[in-house]
Amino acid sequence: MSVANIEELDTVTVRFAGDSGDGMQLTGTQFTYTSALVGNDLATLPDYPAEIRAPAGTLAGVSGFQVQFGSQQVFTPGDKPDALVAMNPAALKANLNVLERGAMLFINTDAFEKRAMAKVGFDTNPLEDGTLSSYRVYEVPITTITRRALEDTNLTTREKDRSKNFFALGLMYWVFGRPIEHTIEWLDQKFAKKPEIAEANKAVLKAGYHYGETTETFGHTFKVKSAQLKPGTYRQVTGNEAVAWGFIAGAKLAGGELFLGSYPITPASPILHELSKHKNFGVRTFQAEDEIAAVCAAIGAAFGGSIALTTTSGPGVALKAEAIGLAGIVELPLIIANIQRGGPSTGLPTKTEQSDLLQAMFGRNGESPMPVIAPATPGDCFGMAIEAVRIATKYMTPVMFMSDGYIANGAEPWKLPDVASLPDLTVNFKVAKSEAEGDTFLPYLRDPKTLARPWVRPGTPGLEHRVGGLEKSDGTGNVSYVPENHQKMTELRQAKVDRIADDIPDAEVFGDETGDLLLIGWGGTYGALHAATMHLQKRGRKVSHMHMRHIHPMAKNVEGVMRGFKHVVAAELNMGQLKFMLRSKFLIDVQGLNKVQGQPFKVGEIVERVERYLDAGAQS
Amino acid sequence: MSTTPDLKLTKKDFQTDQDVRWCPGCGDYAILAQFQKVFPTLGIPKENFVVISGIGCAARFPYYMNTYGFHTIHGRAPAIASGLKVMRPDLSVWVITGDGDSLSIGGNHLIHMLRRNVNLKVVLFNNQIYGLTKGQYSPTSEVGKRTKSSPFGSVDEPFKPLSVALGAEAAFVARTVDREQKHLGAMLNRAAQHDGTAFVEVYQNCNIFNDGAFLHMTEKDKKAQWQLVLTDGEPLLFANGEKGIVFEGFEPKVVNVADVGIDAIHVHQEDGPIAYHYALARMRDPEFPTAIGVLRCTHRAVYDDAVNAQVQHTIDTKGEGSLQDLLYGGDTWEVA
Ligand code: SF4
Repeated sequence: MSVANIEELDTVTVRFAGDSGDGMQLTGTQFTYTSALVGNDLATLPDYPAEIRAPAGTLAGVSGFQVQFGSQQVFTPGDKPDALVAMNPAALKANLNVLERGAMLFINTDAFEKRAMAKVGFDTNPLEDGTLSSYRVYEVPITTITRRALEDTNLTTREKDRSKNFFALGLMYWVFGRPIEHTIEWLDQKFAKKPEIAEANKAVLKAGYHYGETTETFGHTFKVKSAQLKPGTYRQVTGNEAVAWGFIAGAKLAGGELFLGSYPITPASPILHELSKHKNFGVRTFQAEDEIAAVCAAIGAAFGGSIALTTTSGPGVALKAEAIGLAGIVELPLIIANIQRGGPSTGLPTKTEQSDLLQAMFGRNGESPMPVIAPATPGDCFGMAIEAVRIATKYMTPVMFMSDGYIANGAEPWKLPDVASLPDLTVNFKVAKSEAEGDTFLPYLRDPKTLARPWVRPGTPGLEHRVGGLEKSDGTGNVSYVPENHQKMTELRQAKVDRIADDIPDAEVFGDETGDLLLIGWGGTYGALHAATMHLQKRGRKVSHMHMRHIHPMAKNVEGVMRGFKHVVAAELNMGQLKFMLRSKFLIDVQGLNKVQGQPFKVGEIVERVERYLDAGAQS
Repeated sequence: MSTTPDLKLTKKDFQTDQDVRWCPGCGDYAILAQFQKVFPTLGIPKENFVVISGIGCAARFPYYMNTYGFHTIHGRAPAIASGLKVMRPDLSVWVITGDGDSLSIGGNHLIHMLRRNVNLKVVLFNNQIYGLTKGQYSPTSEVGKRTKSSPFGSVDEPFKPLSVALGAEAAFVARTVDREQKHLGAMLNRAAQHDGTAFVEVYQNCNIFNDGAFLHMTEKDKKAQWQLVLTDGEPLLFANGEKGIVFEGFEPKVVNVADVGIDAIHVHQEDGPIAYHYALARMRDPEFPTAIGVLRCTHRAVYDDAVNAQVQHTIDTKGEGSLQDLLYGGDTWEVA
């Protein structure tokens, strides 16, 4: 490394891009994993096509993986890559508009054949025609060198070419000064049964690393110091993994067994995959015939006394709506996890959005209130899953848990919680009639504080009772069409949800509790809003960020915090759904900062839009 | 399922204080009476029964049975019952459904419950009409039926519920009639004894919107001609033993016993080939008598047993899950 200058950087954003068959997700994941192990903070953005195998070499088939890592806290996967690996012309074309001027481009020149370039609309070779003049371009014949590194093996050319992503990975390890050992260990484990594949990938990985070291093409390598993270034990986690583990933990803390009813859907399926591995926690996963059966089976499990979960995305929630209403009127605990994606209809299955909030709030027939909560980061999914179990079982209600594609697939180093400090959520099933009840068990006799009805496991002698979707009298649960009774029951079901507000923490506020502008967010936009607020504060703006994890009911401090600011802006990846709720609830003139492009917020665009708004406000 | 021999339960133990709200004369009353008669005899503690229904006239059933009960939403009872049974194999779970509930809106759940072979007892009240919504043709109504929604006669080909069930790999299917009280009781009993999904179709008279739909085979003077009562290992005889069924290839044929001799008559086998059961399920007037009884009873892996065996196996091999290992067991690193 003697010839290279070493430059120290605070944060770097790298994006790997290639055909969906090129293994870019794997490459990115490995790079992330190693970065975490060397102590960087980081955030990732996998960005893959909806089609399993879009035609090779087309824009539709480009698969990308972006990671920002740094020596300080990192809140987002980065706005614009500082370095792009482009395995083919389509990958270059798809990413040209997002690159920072001066960014490094590592290009697999072998893939830049005339036909491949023409396919994505490069009439002339972008490597030669000046298209890339504002970038630092490194041309590397990745395919050729990969094949050469595997000359002495018995692999076919196709098999050899499959290793070329490891060349790119090795090269990036060298450029950013990270060790290759972790990936070597991983390859040995992963391909323990196919040592020839492990050896091939290792050889190519090393070839990439040494290519960086020995050729003098690269003027620089870069060093990113370890981040100052809070002391503790860390591991990498994606939002979907944390959701799965959170519900396992929630069920265990409640003293129950977890049942998952689910139908495969992007981007929620990894939760089904993960939970189906953990049967030794008593978890039963039921891959249902459809979305409706998935939620219904969960309701049946809840009736039986289990911790019941159904996982899905927006289109699935639409199908489940009637059954969720049933869980509401029979007052059984049920958790619906919506891993949101772009809509409407099938929409953008693999892209992120937050446009199901009003569906969660109101997307059922009749007055059908239910708590809505949303995790803020991948790691936060764990604690919020436990919170969902707590609310559902304590208040005997369905709960909507709103994650999104961005935090579901994104990863971050997660400081592991102390297991002993997790809350005790033990459920007390009702096992006998109370004195007040006398001879008749009252399935809708409510807890005076929480308004929850008792939970009885079938099989309990003497407490046989019927529940159902018809309106019922309070107390007895007998079917009732009495007009005043329906009014009373409707109000009771709402009051029960409203009371949860007494039992949740304040919304997190970053910055002063008064000022010029309050940015309000919910769910997976946390990182971008937090980072943007830091920037704005550094520039002297009196801006704070309030993040809502509990959306229905809202935390008690929400209104007061809003009233402390001249301007209130709700930033969401939808057309203004939280804004709609805040305005109608508080009659405060909330403005919207909205985006629906299937992509998360960039820090820069929030900063810019807030500043523009503040400056316009100052002039008028 | 835990069974206790001496529970001293009676019919009264299964009656509720709710007024039964079916129309006077409805066939549902007779079915309710048989449930309340059979349940006390099954050796199952009362608190271990659960009755789950969807929507329709039949679906009011749980309110009238003093057991655990769940009146759910249209067509979804099989799914709700499946989730319950997987988590609570100790319970005796009964699904009450109708022809609209299980064969129209809930058709998908019905077939998937059957193919999984969840250990549920399913009783389908087939009255060939929508009663609760006041008289539209149903998926089992005959072609040409004039109803409020088919004033010129229905043009829909109807389902035969047992054919659907057999097509969905059902291991136990039976058919009975509301008016045949003893037979009905016997079928409920057989269903209760079966391990796996037991599917029982009950021809049920809706005296308001489809009165007399089954009269051709239930009237005293018609019964002998038009009912073929199945007994395992016995020949397929009807008309007081004068007529019987023989098979020519896959096709059943009505013959006079005197013409062919008793040995030529096909002998009923509950565990016979499914093609035979399918042919039986489809026999009906005017060519054939309708078969009632257990058409098919075979045994195959039960879903909830298999699910729970996997859980137990995993616990046995890996040990019970620990949160500490789950979280800290992967690739972790320390920040000091
Ligand atoms: S409408 Fe028909 S099926 Fe319904 S309760 Fe009345 S008679 Fe019975």
